[in-house]
Amino acid sequence: MSLTRQDVEKIAHLARLSITEQEMPVYVTSLSSIVDFVDELSRVQTGAVLPMAHPLDGQHQRLRADVVSESDNHEKYQANAPAVQAGLYVVPRVIE
Amino acid sequence: MHKLSLGELGRDLAAGKISSIELTRHFLSRIERLNPALNALITHTADLALAQAQAADARRAAGERGPLLGIPLIHKDIFCTDGVRTSCGSRMLDNFIAPYDATVVARLKAAGAVMLAKANMDEFAMGSSNETSYYGPVRNPWDTTKVPGGSSGGSAAATAARLAPFATGTDTGGSIRQPAALTGVTGVKPTYGRVSRYGLVAFASSLDQAGVFAHSAADAAVVLQAMAGFDARDSTSIDAPVPDYSAALGAPLKGLKIGLLREFFDGLEARNTALIHDALKVYRDLGAQTVEVSLPHLPLSVPTYYVVAPAECSSNLSRFDGVRFGYRCENPIDLMDLYKRSRGEGFGAEVKRRIMTGTYVLSAGYFDAYYLQAQKVRRLITDDFRAAFETVDLLIGPTTPTPAFAIGAKIDDPVTMYLNDIYTIGANLAGLPGISLPCGLIDGLPMGLQLIGPHFSESKLLNAAHGYQQATDWHRQSPRGYE
Repeated sequence: MSLTRQDVEKIAHLARLSITEQEMPVYVTSLSSIVDFVDELSRVQTGAVLPMAHPLDGQHQRLRADVVSESDNHEKYQANAPAVQAGLYVVPRVIE
Repeated sequence: MHKLSLGELGRDLAAGKISSIELTRHFLSRIERLNPALNALITHTADLALAQAQAADARRAAGERGPLLGIPLIHKDIFCTDGVRTSCGSRMLDNFIAPYDATVVARLKAAGAVMLAKANMDEFAMGSSNETSYYGPVRNPWDTTKVPGGSSGGSAAATAARLAPFATGTDTGGSIRQPAALTGVTGVKPTYGRVSRYGLVAFASSLDQAGVFAHSAADAAVVLQAMAGFDARDSTSIDAPVPDYSAALGAPLKGLKIGLLREFFDGLEARNTALIHDALKVYRDLGAQTVEVSLPHLPLSVPTYYVVAPAECSSNLSRFDGVRFGYRCENPIDLMDLYKRSRGEGFGAEVKRRIMTGTYVLSAGYFDAYYLQAQKVRRLITDDFRAAFETVDLLIGPTTPTPAFAIGAKIDDPVTMYLNDIYTIGANLAGLPGISLPCGLIDGLPMGLQLIGPHFSESKLLNAAHGYQQATDWHRQSPRGYE
């Protein structure tokens, strides 16, 4: 196993995912097999090769004028929210 | 009516032989009768479809014309549809009513196409078998014990079963071409940036591209015409004119230079190899030249993809936090508990696996070894393609290593499942357009021939596919019971 249970617990915490007791051994095994599989890449000589983040060369982020282009749809968007009060999203108390 | 091409349907609509309402009712009744055995659809929008059909008939009566005016379609449930649930195959979005239309949806709506339903898919487009959907697996109309492929499995199965004349899909690592191959339909993945990603629920933003399932390259050309083009709302949309794809069809293939991808034939089953060689003979008879080419880094596509795509997915899916939309867990004790349980309960097993893979390869201490290294190998693969296109016009090979496999056969072994996309992933990494065409049967199940072209070569690809389909009739085969 290239990953331990403690590794997977740490990854799950970073990813903000709760993992149940029953799921845990499955993830330890399958994530280890994926990490072993992609480890093939470590054998490739890449020396001075530039990392590629965009599939089309020469593309750059377009800029636009700093003007309002969207209308106010907050009520429509908040209709999908689990909890809303006075136009605000409601979450458990974070400040004592 | 379900056997007619888009050209034939357009002519019958224009001549007044049929109305959009009649056509829509015909497909809705096929859906009602045939879909229960397939589970190809998540959300049915029959009332909306009839209203859209009525509107299309009114537009036609007012003098409007257009190749898709009044033609029914099915959208993959990854595209936001204003006022209609957009689940992305996930419990996370089971209750999500999209507040706007994706650009693809808006463009097809403007062209007068009529949405019948939204198609089942692998959860968040992560899967190659349509078994990761919260709404259950889609069944392949050729054999309902088999998978239809994925992630656009519902769109593929619905097209193969003729539940609509065409369907939309998305392709991040083969999610259009692989299910098209396994269900015997034509599937087109355009160049990255050719079709807007706005309103398409993001999986891996440097790879995602929307495309089409249809019964022929000629039909696909008509649909792609309506979908393609610049969109300021997609930051990687390409601002370049869209050629007339249908006008390009029928050009002679004499002199076309097709490269046979050597790496795709290493270890390929003899019957699959034979089907591709049959297709090569068809092309040679049409005057094309075939030569063997080698892309030495191509075998690294799958491990490269399974670093890059999960990394982008872990970032994109961080938006699902149980706060602004989507699933929220019951009685969270604090904000951290809300995040963790909403995500833990709202996402399925494969999505969580990919998020964690991505989180791992991006985490401190592993970023250079995995993510940066994968981005470098991605460039080596892309450079191989670029070098190949200096000597050939198009590349050819199989779409998949095998025909459709049994439901349940690979779902417990992610790496085996990932290898289904071994022939399709390269085009996504390099941003290239690709197409899968039906090219024969193995054990009574359809197989796909894949063509890959340089950036923005959709006209050439569609014409080469059309030439093959004029000379063969594999694309006219239908599964029994769905003719």
